[in-house]
Amino acid sequence: MNAAPIAIDAEGPERRAYWALIDCGTIVRRDLTHLVKQPSLIAWQLGFPIVSVLLFVYVFGSAMDVGEGLDYKDFAMPGMFAMTMAFGFMNTAMGVVIEKERGVIDRFRSMPMAPSAVVAGRGVSDVLQAGVDLAVMASIALVIGWRSDGSLPETLTAFALLLWLRFALIWVGVWIGLVTPNQEAAGNLFAVAFPFGMVSSVFTPPSLMPDWLGAIAMWNPVSSTANAIRELFGNPLPTGGSWVEENAMLLAFAWPLALTLVFLPLAVRRYQRLAR
Amino acid sequence: MTSRTEFSVVAEGLTKSFGDKKALEGLDLAVRRGTVCGLLGPNGAGKTTSVRILATLLRADGGRAEVAGFDVRREPRKVRRRIGMTGQAAAVDEILSARQNLRMFARLFHLDRATARRRAEELLESFSLREAADQQVKTFSGGMRRRLDLAASMILAPEVLFLDEPTTGLDPRGRAEVWEAVRGLAAVGTTVLLTTHYLDEADKLSDRIVLIDHGRRITEDTPAALKRAVGGDRLEVVLSDPADLPLAVKAVARVTRGVGPETDEERLSVHGPVTDGVTALTDVARALQEAGASVDDIGLRRPTLDEVFLRMTGKENA
Repeated sequence: MNAAPIAIDAEGPERRAYWALIDCGTIVRRDLTHLVKQPSLIAWQLGFPIVSVLLFVYVFGSAMDVGEGLDYKDFAMPGMFAMTMAFGFMNTAMGVVIEKERGVIDRFRSMPMAPSAVVAGRGVSDVLQAGVDLAVMASIALVIGWRSDGSLPETLTAFALLLWLRFALIWVGVWIGLVTPNQEAAGNLFAVAFPFGMVSSVFTPPSLMPDWLGAIAMWNPVSSTANAIRELFGNPLPTGGSWVEENAMLLAFAWPLALTLVFLPLAVRRYQRLAR
Repeated sequence: MTSRTEFSVVAEGLTKSFGDKKALEGLDLAVRRGTVCGLLGPNGAGKTTSVRILATLLRADGGRAEVAGFDVRREPRKVRRRIGMTGQAAAVDEILSARQNLRMFARLFHLDRATARRRAEELLESFSLREAADQQVKTFSGGMRRRLDLAASMILAPEVLFLDEPTTGLDPRGRAEVWEAVRGLAAVGTTVLLTTHYLDEADKLSDRIVLIDHGRRITEDTPAALKRAVGGDRLEVVLSDPADLPLAVKAVARVTRGVGPETDEERLSVHGPVTDGVTALTDVARALQEAGASVDDIGLRRPTLDEVFLRMTGKENA
């Protein structure tokens, strides 16, 4: 057993910020190693949206009428992108629950590393992973004939809005992960995620739903993002002409901001309360 | 306050409640530098809560604690650089290899890249993990996982190591591996505070044992002294014929100095406390042989920590 003293970096405030960044990078690197060692994770995660694409476009698509002369595929693809981002919060929550249960979070908290890195690292790797997810989905969409008619900046803005939604949902996921007792309970999250993703403009225009449900669907943040990117992609955008639908672009920016402003402090507070 | 150079862990009057449930009700603790202290108590006695407070994971409601000379509440960062913590679950990454795990933790302990690599290799060697260094941890046995967990706690060669039930869920071989590792750490001067509900574990590893119940220290001493306190050796004679019981009682009574031997008629056993065990054993054996008693077994019984536990807490160890 080697008990020789080990040189550690000095602990000034400026070094602290430096190490917070390095720690965040270390966590991100670990998460990316996980992805590389388990590519099946991405496959599983994309399984649902891909099956949904095939089901809705080819099985139900023929029966779906979103408007005169409009191709359902062009309507549904942007919705599918938004839904994949929306479901992402479950991955975040599951990751946090597993680390909490296995004692990894406790180990981190007993170490001199920056406390922020645990959560920030998770955030960065989740957004990176969402980027991979989107790239895979967009490729599939291109294969089945979906196209963006928007300019390059418009198309890039659309993808940025999608990642912006995913970013906001990281904090929802972290918070849920911290309040959820165990993995079994986290497994039930799908019951929440499913309506959150589906009661929206993802698969059908809310104007075709019963009034009360349509109102919920219209105000769903997922709908705003879906509609905003449809606009940017130049894809069909059948709306009922309501304020919330007319201002999808504004809301696609504002909703994630609001979610972040609410759930980021909640998640941080919950993390600090682990010491109670 | 006890001297901070002499003691690595000092707690005074720690209290902690979770809602209505009182976990700690004024716990005092002092662990001498470079010793192994076993924290023993029934389930719910406050063992894990104590360790979590000392390792800066949990904040106490009242009282104070110093670890490695720093107040756990006021200077948690300084404490964290001087402790290692191994919780009840082996908190290592399942998907990474052992080597990747150690490098990652070393970086998170703020070693530079080169030092982190070197330190990972040293620890793989010390904890006999070199062979399996590049395997994913999920293929590891329970004992290997624990050893990796311990190795990760030892990255900065901490002054104090906290082990919360380090062998729970391990098979005998895994336990032996972990015991050996803990002894190795103690040998190089690491102060170890371990909780366990295995009495034999506390007995084998600890220099001193602190018995706690209801969030308070009940008693503290060396394992040997605790066992002595419960009573010294007992001489036991087991017969094969119930008719010889009175004979055995008489023989044993001669060596117990006034304390009447106890008789267990079901097991056909007669036993009583003795001071000079070996002399008593030979005396009784000779007496019984001369009387022609049918002796099935005769021997000295040393008290176990189970008995200490039972006596002090009034309950069976969980």
